[in-house]
Amino acid sequence: MSGLRLIQGRAGSNLQRERRTALLLILPSLAVVFGIILYPLLRTLWTSLFDVNSPFPGSYPFVGLGNYRRTLTNPDFWAAIRRTAYFTIVSTLLELGLGILLGLLMNVQFRGRWLLRSIMVLPWALPTIVNGTMWRWIFNPDYGALNALLTQMHILSHYRSWLGSPSLALNMVVLADVWKNTPLAAFLVLAGLQTIPKELFEAARVDGAGPIRTFFRITLPLLISTILIILVVRTIEAFKVFDIIYVMTRGGPANGTQTVAYYAYLQAFSNQLFGYGAALAYMMALFILGIALVYIRLLRQEVEF
Amino acid sequence: MRVALSPFRAQRSLAARRERGGRARRKRALYWGFIYAAATAVASVVLAPFVWLLISSVADPRDLLARPLRWIPDHVSFARYSSIFVGGMSDTADTFRAALVNSVIIAGSSVLISLTVGIFGAYATARLRFPGRRVGLVLMLSTYMLPPIAIVVPLYLTMVQLHLLDTRIGLIVVYCSFITPFTLWIMSGYFRSIPRELEDAARVDGCSRLGALVRVTLPLAWPGILTTALFGFLLAWDEFLYALIFTSSTQAKTIPVAITEFTGRFAVDFGMIATGGVLASIPPLFIAFVFQRYIVGGLSAGAIK
Amino acid sequence: MTTNGVGRSSPLTRRAFLKVSGAAAGVAALAACSNEKSPSKGSAASGTINALFMQQAAYSTADIQGMTKAFQQANPGVKVTPTFVAYEALHDKIVAAAPAGTYDVVLMDVIWPAEFGSKHEVIDVTDRIPSGWKTTIFPGALQTAEYQGRFYGVPWILDTKYFFYNKNMLKKAGVAVPTTWDEVVTAAKTLKSKKVVQYPLVWSWSQAEAVICDYAQLLGAFGGKFLDDAGKPVFNTGGGLQALEFMKRTLDEGITNPSSTESLEEDVRKTISQGQAAMALNWTYMFALGNDPKESRVPGQIAVAHTPSGPAAAPGCNGSMALCIASGSKNPDAAWKYIEFLTSQKVQNQYAKLSLPIWKSSYDDPQVVKTLPEVVAVAKTQLNDMILRPQIPSYNSASQILQVSIQKALTGRASPKQALDDAASRIAAP
Repeated sequence: MSGLRLIQGRAGSNLQRERRTALLLILPSLAVVFGIILYPLLRTLWTSLFDVNSPFPGSYPFVGLGNYRRTLTNPDFWAAIRRTAYFTIVSTLLELGLGILLGLLMNVQFRGRWLLRSIMVLPWALPTIVNGTMWRWIFNPDYGALNALLTQMHILSHYRSWLGSPSLALNMVVLADVWKNTPLAAFLVLAGLQTIPKELFEAARVDGAGPIRTFFRITLPLLISTILIILVVRTIEAFKVFDIIYVMTRGGPANGTQTVAYYAYLQAFSNQLFGYGAALAYMMALFILGIALVYIRLLRQEVEF
Repeated sequence: MRVALSPFRAQRSLAARRERGGRARRKRALYWGFIYAAATAVASVVLAPFVWLLISSVADPRDLLARPLRWIPDHVSFARYSSIFVGGMSDTADTFRAALVNSVIIAGSSVLISLTVGIFGAYATARLRFPGRRVGLVLMLSTYMLPPIAIVVPLYLTMVQLHLLDTRIGLIVVYCSFITPFTLWIMSGYFRSIPRELEDAARVDGCSRLGALVRVTLPLAWPGILTTALFGFLLAWDEFLYALIFTSSTQAKTIPVAITEFTGRFAVDFGMIATGGVLASIPPLFIAFVFQRYIVGGLSAGAIK
Repeated sequence: MTTNGVGRSSPLTRRAFLKVSGAAAGVAALAACSNEKSPSKGSAASGTINALFMQQAAYSTADIQGMTKAFQQANPGVKVTPTFVAYEALHDKIVAAAPAGTYDVVLMDVIWPAEFGSKHEVIDVTDRIPSGWKTTIFPGALQTAEYQGRFYGVPWILDTKYFFYNKNMLKKAGVAVPTTWDEVVTAAKTLKSKKVVQYPLVWSWSQAEAVICDYAQLLGAFGGKFLDDAGKPVFNTGGGLQALEFMKRTLDEGITNPSSTESLEEDVRKTISQGQAAMALNWTYMFALGNDPKESRVPGQIAVAHTPSGPAAAPGCNGSMALCIASGSKNPDAAWKYIEFLTSQKVQNQYAKLSLPIWKSSYDDPQVVKTLPEVVAVAKTQLNDMILRPQIPSYNSASQILQVSIQKALTGRASPKQALDDAASRIAAP
């Protein structure tokens, strides 16, 4: 006991020493994270206040918050936000729902469970660029495997287009994204399930609770932390979605899959409107931060902050 | 305790028990049947696109375009794989081989550095009190929320000035900047779940703080570290936009960039993309398989709490 | 190439850790220095230059490296480092590299001179171009890098859309090779009614630059213009409107494959190579692949002809690429010498099999003719008659707007007139 008090020591100087140690420990992280990107971060923020139409440094007209006002009044921006919101909500909910079901399945002790778990790693291991190109090929209206499968199973009578109409294309992109990312959610749920003491399930069984009641009364509440992590991580990633749009549809057809990140990319690079693009990017970050805070508030969990 | 039942009653209750036993057995059979059916269905859905990728990588170009599609191609050839490994046959295949090496080195190094730096930072965040702890963590996570498009142009200039353009080190530095916050967040969760008393006990025995970290905490957090390593590796493995803009030669090109080069101005060589995709999945798969045991354990150990 | 060598094994003090990692970073930076291309430097016509090319261009990496080696042998003071990127990445890399001066020579697409020239991302080379070139090079080719009367590069890879048809199918249906768009429609209807092929025509009308190329060719054929002399959009009237109406009509009449609205040039090639189309517009590359037994089910049946003419003309869409000097180049003279060499008649003739030369007289040279006789015969006239897409600095966004509108009309969500009017007003308003 006295030894413990020795190291915990007197409050004052120990706190100071703790602070110094903490600073030294955290300094490398800060250096690595902000070292190279601090200047670009600030520079982009500065650029967003000007009407910049080329990548060269120079004197451009100062517009203050004009670019931000422009994003808020631009119908194309809101259309992109709507699509991004649809993509984010649908894909995150699907990944969460399917992830929970698959996590439960992988938790059951059956023969060959290791095989199922191993197979589940595959979509996760495939790079996004390959995933997008692969699904684009599968959805090809003339030679795609999906058309071949459905016609050979007589579900479809003839080949059809999957990426040819704006809303269907967005849903197909959601499908490709869900296929790749559900395993992550499933493994997180599986891990979360491991932490629930088996006695709770025993007690529920003895009380005569069926599987459904057990799930909603016991399993789900204890999985809240897992669900929060899945929601936060997948929402952030879905909102930033760019790579899969770049290879699958390039924003088309009729801008039907033009998410806000792709829209920002087009404004910045294709149209060389760097000021507007910078404002768009920061608006995106604000949106994402807002959503993350909402999650935390909503699920009333302290995410390790 | 009732008096012995009359033989007739005894027979009836035996039958009833047998019937209940039979019902229970049927229920169990149904349950297991459902589980195995579900597992098979899930495995098929998850595996199918990947199998198609494998088939496409060895199929003749003409077979890929056949209608109706034959699932087992007529002509199987491993020419695409040999063009990548033997080299000299196609520029894009040679580039891919270099890209495989680059990706492994870049992702591996980024993860090593981020883990190291992140572990120290996570320890500070989990164990020590210091001013600006919450704000710092939120700020660091916010860089994860910012879309890459935001800083890519000024970052390009910074990279040029530091002579980091088109180098592996340049990409490693950039990747560490967004993998580290992720690592820090997750690892601090793990550390928090390890009881403080264990470290305090070690320190009473004469260890320094860092000694306690290394000898007590880290071994306990080993599954968490491996999990975080896999997440971080996949983040780097998948990254596309920075790699696209900052690399131009085989010195530093990564797999996602090399895959997009299989798409020419007009021609799309899906066979090669499929080959590249299969090869690009192998390193992450290998890591996942080897550490599969730890991963589920790792995921449950701390981040979920 | 180093990693942080300390790892987490030793319980070093924080300071030692920081010292070592600082040193490691320093060493790494030094290593990186020696590892990357040295920036271009040197006096006129000597030094090192960096060139940005496209992967899977008409020329392969090996070809370009061969040309580069020959250039370096002829110019001992100059060293060239070529790099190759995917086409989609080309534009973005030129933009990102402009302020940094990473490249001296860049490959530019025909739709970018207005954008890059007006933003001074490539250098005006009008004064370097010998006046003789204006007669010895195809005028349509020189226009590739022209903006407001000034030249920003030299054309290098020439390409336009030709009219391809399946000889056997046309013979089977008993139709002659069409030379006007009306004849094409008649021929297609005959092919369809005689059940030779379900959808005789296939186009690349996906929402991408590809649809603008097809549209441009038809717009020119019907005598339309994209912009009037004041630079206002006028494609929603006259020939421009007729072109879109023509496109929609072929879809409605069932002679155009409905998957055309999702197809790119590669899909057109695949469809015709599978024997599922009889006639199509496409770039030069389809000729070789369409007749290659390893890639096509109808080898030897694909023939090439001049694009059909409309009431006004028969232009091919200019899809060429030009070599330019990037504005950040510290060695423009050496860069110019390299460009001159690559675009010289000698080098172009040597590699004519891969990409047809920009020099008019090459087309009478037997060495060139024998590389691809059928194509060369057609190219001689087609390359003299090309139509440009509008050369305006905001071409990318204008193209995106027009692509969406054309798609709307083709998928029936708006009438051609409505769609084009909408596009014109959106493009006119900045």
